[in-house]
Amino acid sequence: MQEALRFRVPEAELIDRPDYVKQARRLWQGSEVGARGLALTIRGLRKSFGDHEVLRGIDVCIPAGQFVAIVGKSGCGKSTLLRLIAGLESIDSGSVSFGSEARPEDARVMFQEPRLLPWARVLANVEVGLGRGRKSADARARAERALTEVGLAEKRGQWPAVLSGGQKQRVALARALVSHPRLLAFDEPLGALDALTRITMQRLLERVWRDQGFTAILVTHDVSEAIALADRVLLLEDGRIARDIHIDIKRPRKRGSADLAALEGSILGELLRGGDERST
Amino acid sequence: MSVIESFPRVRALKLPRADGFVPWIVPLVILGVWQLACATGFVSSRVLPAPSDVALAGWKLTVSGELGRNIWVSFWRASIGFMIGGSIGFAFGLANGLSQLAGKLTDTTLQMVRNIPHLALIPLVILWFGIDETAKLFLVALGVFFPVYLNTLHGIRTVDPQLIEMGRIYGMTNGELFTRVIFPGALPSIFVGLRFALGIMWLTLIVAETIAASSGLGYMAMQAREFMLVDVVVLSILIYALLGKLADSASRALERLTLAWHPAFRKP
Repeated sequence: MQEALRFRVPEAELIDRPDYVKQARRLWQGSEVGARGLALTIRGLRKSFGDHEVLRGIDVCIPAGQFVAIVGKSGCGKSTLLRLIAGLESIDSGSVSFGSEARPEDARVMFQEPRLLPWARVLANVEVGLGRGRKSADARARAERALTEVGLAEKRGQWPAVLSGGQKQRVALARALVSHPRLLAFDEPLGALDALTRITMQRLLERVWRDQGFTAILVTHDVSEAIALADRVLLLEDGRIARDIHIDIKRPRKRGSADLAALEGSILGELLRGGDERST
Repeated sequence: MSVIESFPRVRALKLPRADGFVPWIVPLVILGVWQLACATGFVSSRVLPAPSDVALAGWKLTVSGELGRNIWVSFWRASIGFMIGGSIGFAFGLANGLSQLAGKLTDTTLQMVRNIPHLALIPLVILWFGIDETAKLFLVALGVFFPVYLNTLHGIRTVDPQLIEMGRIYGMTNGELFTRVIFPGALPSIFVGLRFALGIMWLTLIVAETIAASSGLGYMAMQAREFMLVDVVVLSILIYALLGKLADSASRALERLTLAWHPAFRKP
């Protein structure tokens, strides 16, 4: 069975191999920027598109280095919230403030689509993530380090078109990591991947987050993914935070354990109940 | 078992070493049949001279220098006209694709002009420029302009907005955004325009040269018609075919070179 699984996802082997993880950690510790997250405070955040009010007052404090998952049904405003945090949309009212002075390179977003430049080799795509640092002398070395971190160093000279979906998404992750962001926002980054690749990617995300200590905000519609990864789950309903759940289950979390299943059941119940009330 | 056995046979049909030769089989067969038809007297040499006669006429004209001179004149007209029309079309395509104001200002006008067949302007062009070089260059440039313009515009407008958003998030300046995202994204479409333009370039030139010229391949063909030199007429037509193929191959090579990232242009 183990063999069969390995056969299906060759990527799984590489990312989780102990010697590989050790190598990636060493690379990270040797790099120039220390690990630190960015604290985030959101006050009375509102956003409408036309007549439709998507966010109706969001108040939340996210301490530095926390892994927060935002779940909710489609159309509940979770992606909008993420885009406002990342500065991709203008704020109608309220505020999003960071705990300390933040450079543009400090906040990065990863989308559901990898959004790689098809006409640039893998390494050049990662270099894009350096922002203003693209032209610095060590740009190439930093990009190679980020690629090694996601286990794709040997693909540096390939075109994105020859990579699998999971590999593309890992390149996108490397691009987001290369500037050593202090806040990383994920907009359903694993939504388009098959089940096995998803699990591998979740482990990868958890590992880089633990190693680098950035603040992570993950928007997902997959409740099990949220509780497998996050310290805290925000349940969004009708443009408001309906529940704020802290998850104290220690890591590494075992998939399919009774604690996780119970929690998942209660959150799913909440999500579905909310829908029923509204429809009656 | 029989299924497995059939695989090697299917593969054996492909002659990997002769791949470069395959596209030339049909033209060569046609040439052979043509020669045979003329030699047996099935086709009169007044209607269609044998390929060997055409080759002979070609040789004579080459020796006298006439052929080389005329090809050069036509080639020069084609490329200068192409460069003028192509660069103006490209410039308008870029401007209208990148700036909404420029698009609003000129696109409607250009679309109106586009619907006039540019060859219909020949009488007017002769009145304006006589049968000078300018007339031919003007017509070629006009013919080339529209395919280049339309496809450049289309290419730029259809660049994936998600990639542009990505570029902005990662702090690209407008210049970088253009060179790293928009232009490479528009390139496949620009090449489509280029290849259309090359076809129109030859077409326009032939028509212009047969109607109003004192040199060039089209002129050579018309002169030959006056003297009933069918072999020279056929020769000019064949040279047009070869030049067209050459232009197409050149643009293909350029595509291969610049679109190596694109799965459709990767070498097999």
